[in-house]
Amino acid sequence: MCSSEDKMIPMSDQTPVHPRPQSLADLFFSFTLLALQGFGGVLAIVQRELIEKKRWLTPEEFVEDWAVAQIMPGPNVINLSMMVGNRYFGLPGALAALAGMISIPLVIVLILAVMYSQFANYPGVAGALRGMSAVTAGLIFASGLKLIPALKNHPLSQRVAFILSAICFVCIGLLRIPLLYVLLGLGAVSWSLVFKKLKK
Amino acid sequence: MAIPEQLLSIHMQWSDWLHLWMHFLMLSLLSIGGAVSTLPDMHRYLVSQQHWLTDTQFNSSVAIAQAAPGPNVLFIALMGWNVGLNSGSMWVGLLGVLVTMSGILLPSTTLTFMAARWGHANRELRIVRSFKLGMAPIVVGLLLSTGWIMCSSHNIPTRDWPIWLLSALCALVVWRTRLHLLWLLALGAVLGWFGLV
Repeated sequence: MCSSEDKMIPMSDQTPVHPRPQSLADLFFSFTLLALQGFGGVLAIVQRELIEKKRWLTPEEFVEDWAVAQIMPGPNVINLSMMVGNRYFGLPGALAALAGMISIPLVIVLILAVMYSQFANYPGVAGALRGMSAVTAGLIFASGLKLIPALKNHPLSQRVAFILSAICFVCIGLLRIPLLYVLLGLGAVSWSLVFKKLKK
Repeated sequence: MAIPEQLLSIHMQWSDWLHLWMHFLMLSLLSIGGAVSTLPDMHRYLVSQQHWLTDTQFNSSVAIAQAAPGPNVLFIALMGWNVGLNSGSMWVGLLGVLVTMSGILLPSTTLTFMAARWGHANRELRIVRSFKLGMAPIVVGLLLSTGWIMCSSHNIPTRDWPIWLLSALCALVVWRTRLHLLWLLALGAVLGWFGLV
């Protein structure tokens, strides 16, 4: 699925060894379709579509880009889509991906808002939303599980990487420490550990 | 929501729209971890301070955007839409969408784009490589946390165990198979419609 050279030299995509978007229109429509499959958030779909189906990103590249998308302000799936667009087509690519993520979903959400008052009183609607959000929670959890193999060749060794992931899960998922503190604290620790490890 | 929805009639001056836009520009820069992290401040500003939205409108904006396909950030568009509706017509609503969405997206997208560019141009630097590799385990932990938090918002075991079971089954199916995700979402919708989860 992903070649071994990719793992050793992150971000070296001068000569992509995996498929890439064909054109700006391809980017736009791919991200539109991707966004339209995401009920209750697009994150779970991003990983399935971009890594497994289209293979525009390897799991390693996804994890790297996702770190940046997460750290920068703004909606992280939007940030990620722009970074993917930029990776292949520069600024026009970033804009095409952004437009794809937003434009048609925006029209749909406005239509839904107009219709909402008529449907809001059906108990089935509230139940269906509840069911879909439970599914989405499972999907997002699974996208985390699926990225674990991407840590296999981690410079800190797989075991240390797992421990860092587990600490992060405890801090955010269980203790509900605000994201910012975890990123500044645990993120900085992990960053400096890797920095020391990487020579030259 | 309650059937006789409380209606709000406001008059938005150009200076009000500018104020709204600037407030969202600022929130954009603060929205680390996604626009959702600025929800409390948006509520304070739009509902409590300016009285541009009712509580019901605020909550339904979030709920509709969550239920609709597409990125959750579209709840911001619905807030602008409702502010516009309160002050006039659907056309003003569209102006509201433009104001809030451009406000929340312009600073963050520009910043991300520049950071991604810089990172890509300097990708061989040790500091950049170690940042990206160092963040990888954190990212995995964050994804697991997000799924966990979404699931544990239902927190009464005797009532909520079916919904937990559904989440866990979905996680397992997605992790281990390549079943199309829309089937799972449809399953969740059907189970929920009939009150089974």
